[in-house]
Amino acid sequence: MTATMTVTRLAPGVLAIAIAGDLTAASEQELMAAHEHATDDGAQLVVLDFTGLEYMNSGGIGMLVTLLVRSQRRQQRLVAVGLSDHYRQIFELTRLDEAIGLHTDTAAALASLP
Amino acid sequence: MTTDGQAAKGPRDAANWAANRERLEVNSDAREYGYNVDGMRVAGPQQGFGRLWQRTFWVDLGPAVTPQALIADWRAHFGDFWPRMGRFHGAVSGIAPGDVAALEVGLPTGTGPALATGVLVLYADDTSFSFMTPEGHMFAAMITFSGESVTTGTRAQIRMLIRTSDPLFELGWPFIKRGEADFWKGTLANLAASHGVAGATVEEETECLDPARLWKNWRNIRHNSGIRSAWHIVTSR
Repeated sequence: MTATMTVTRLAPGVLAIAIAGDLTAASEQELMAAHEHATDDGAQLVVLDFTGLEYMNSGGIGMLVTLLVRSQRRQQRLVAVGLSDHYRQIFELTRLDEAIGLHTDTAAALASLP
Repeated sequence: MTTDGQAAKGPRDAANWAANRERLEVNSDAREYGYNVDGMRVAGPQQGFGRLWQRTFWVDLGPAVTPQALIADWRAHFGDFWPRMGRFHGAVSGIAPGDVAALEVGLPTGTGPALATGVLVLYADDTSFSFMTPEGHMFAAMITFSGESVTTGTRAQIRMLIRTSDPLFELGWPFIKRGEADFWKGTLANLAASHGVAGATVEEETECLDPARLWKNWRNIRHNSGIRSAWHIVTSR
């Protein structure tokens, strides 16, 4: 099983990518395509919604590092919502939380916007 | 409380990840080599300084070994496959999530002074395992070792996302890049030979993912393991 990516426009310049299922290196094309879609739609803030995430290996976290770099080069902000305690701890362990803001849900992420 | 490699309930991958921790502490049987690791934090590519590279090395082993058998052997004897220029001081039981191993990297002859650093085993399952580097390591990196199924059988692969940690290591990148390639190609050749594939061709692909240097992290030089190793050698004589 691989992950499914669903891109949703939340507000002008704000797009969400809902990631559901198993996030591994096998999902790279889908994730990068979803990010391209969000970029083409003018995203300045990309919300990664992990509510439906069921499994992630180190290939998955590596892809998120790559996605973070792509976003930074395009002056986009990246935030994550819907992480379970387990996956939140992995973000903290790998120090991804220092570059990707963590919020409980999409409403909290949008409320944090300046 | 979740412990390394143990989780009675929760996601399927819970037992594969290291438990969260703020600071690293080297495994008790390698403490004498862990002086550049104890008390450090992990440092991923976003905490490094230099350009971001994705490097991949691989060797095809044919149908004689499955990805699962390959990774079981690699995890059990990880340091045994290293070329003479490196010494890996991991747990006797092999690679497991949460282990913090010390390592030394020196001259190709395996003699003379060596740079001491280490790794955290971030993740391990039956077809892959991954390391993260500590502050002060020459690279701020994630490195994944995997057994892949390909049409000809099994492929042993090493893929890494790396930035040099500080401006000094970035200056040395042209030499470090070549040395690192020799190191991992030597490792994969040794691994292949142990599985009956003599004279295997190890392939390499290197791609620059981000040409920008992260100047906000230039102060990482205070943890530089090369400088600290030299100081340790001088002061311990």
